[in-house]
Amino acid sequence: MSLALTNARYHLVETVRIPIALIGTVFFPAASMLFFVVPFAGHDPVGATYATASMVCFAVMTSSLFTYGVGVSEDRGQPWDPYLRTLPAGPGPRFAGRILAGLAMTFFSLLPVVLIAALLTEATATPLELALAVVAVILVALPFTLMGLAIGYALPMKAALAVAQVLFFPLAFLGGLLSAPGHAPGWVEAVSPYVPTRGAVELIWTSVGDFTPSRTALGMLAVWTVVAGALAVWAYRRDEGRRFS
Amino acid sequence: MILAQTFSVGRTYRSVNALHDVSLSVAAGELVGLLGPNGAGKTTLLNLLTGVRRPTSGRVELFGGDPTRAENRRRIGVTPQETGLPATLRVGECVDLVAAHFPDPLPRGELLERFGLADLARRQTGGLSGGQRRRLAVALAFVGRPRLVFLDEPTTGLDVSARHALWEGIRAFHGDGGTVLLTSHYLEEIEALAQRVVVLGEGRVLADDTVDAIRSRVGVRRVSLRATDLPALAGVLHESHVDGRTDLLTTDADQLVRDLVAKGVAFNDLEVRPTSLEEAFLTLTATAA
Repeated sequence: MSLALTNARYHLVETVRIPIALIGTVFFPAASMLFFVVPFAGHDPVGATYATASMVCFAVMTSSLFTYGVGVSEDRGQPWDPYLRTLPAGPGPRFAGRILAGLAMTFFSLLPVVLIAALLTEATATPLELALAVVAVILVALPFTLMGLAIGYALPMKAALAVAQVLFFPLAFLGGLLSAPGHAPGWVEAVSPYVPTRGAVELIWTSVGDFTPSRTALGMLAVWTVVAGALAVWAYRRDEGRRFS
Repeated sequence: MILAQTFSVGRTYRSVNALHDVSLSVAAGELVGLLGPNGAGKTTLLNLLTGVRRPTSGRVELFGGDPTRAENRRRIGVTPQETGLPATLRVGECVDLVAAHFPDPLPRGELLERFGLADLARRQTGGLSGGQRRRLAVALAFVGRPRLVFLDEPTTGLDVSARHALWEGIRAFHGDGGTVLLTSHYLEEIEALAQRVVVLGEGRVLADDTVDAIRSRVGVRRVSLRATDLPALAGVLHESHVDGRTDLLTTDADQLVRDLVAKGVAFNDLEVRPTSLEEAFLTLTATAA
């Protein structure tokens, strides 16, 4: 465990020393709040709360897919990564350290979202709801983290970047993150219980509002988590650092 | 006692054969030099021995077990490539990160002192000179008080005095009973340090012998001259013609010149030069094939 924390600490130290990378992580969710939520749903307490929850889910998904997908892939291309594999530790502590660091970064990127929601919109949440939302975010981060790790360990950097970019928008749209609960186009509502983003956003909606999640969506989220986990383990096992043909 | 061993190990990348049927063992207390041109399979062999990659055929043992299992890597030390040090981490942080993996690491101050890095503990590795980075990379191999160290090109890019200081460090480690497997481009480095040399070429072991025995095989010279008509000459490994000159590669330049004179060959513009190590290997590999 202490080795996992050590790994997490050094991941964060490396990130923090390139401050522009931090700004990138924080800017996107905050800007989305300012452009899409504040002007359109800002005055309706229920709508603003759900929209903020959707943005939180969106931020968790993008930050997981990109931090892990692109980050892992980039690290694999560096000679430092195979060196670390010669140290007497299995993959566990490094995996755990990376996930802890990623989670810390995710929460950091959520701070401005929550601040903007509290100060500039009518969105409300009780302390209990906020605490539940934190738990929901951790649960939701899991499948996307595993997805990111699978991408990162399976693909070279440029391909990982492309795949993460191609994945995140349809996932957000099909999951109904870009519309209020029940207000997405009909065919999207029909498809959305089967994509992981739907179960994810419903968990967050449930934590901060009067929302009853669909069993199908939650069940499918569990299935996606298992599938992404299996893919991540498979990709990790076959990985031996960067390869050339 | 055998610390590291490969049994007819082979490794292919996609369709490329990087290693072919390599059997090698390193016993406790040995200082073995691994010599070969670029692409000979040195790095692949080190990656197999340190558990970074798995062989496609054959078997690898490290301290009697599978090197891909973490517990079998507890008594080894490895140098990272200096280009791969995380640029934003400080020197001391790199050492601490590596030390966190070992049960009884060397104290940071002692390690940095030993490798002449004590003043640089607070510097980010991205701001170090090439030589300082190389020293840090080698120092990292010794963090965990290893019994066996794998040093991949430990002195590439170092100036002469830094190189000799590092050699002293490696000799001291070996003198205290440590075991070393070291790769190098430099024949001089292997000669200065190693007792035993393993020569790799195109993924195969071409020779595994004492330094003296290898030196006589690798000590190839280039005899270059202008001559219109050359008779058959003994001891010529390779003959080539460039710009009207004839280049002959041989292990015994003195005898070749004596033969030329004794046979009354009309030649002029004679030059005898040492070949590069790589040329010598290419020649040896070509004659072996």
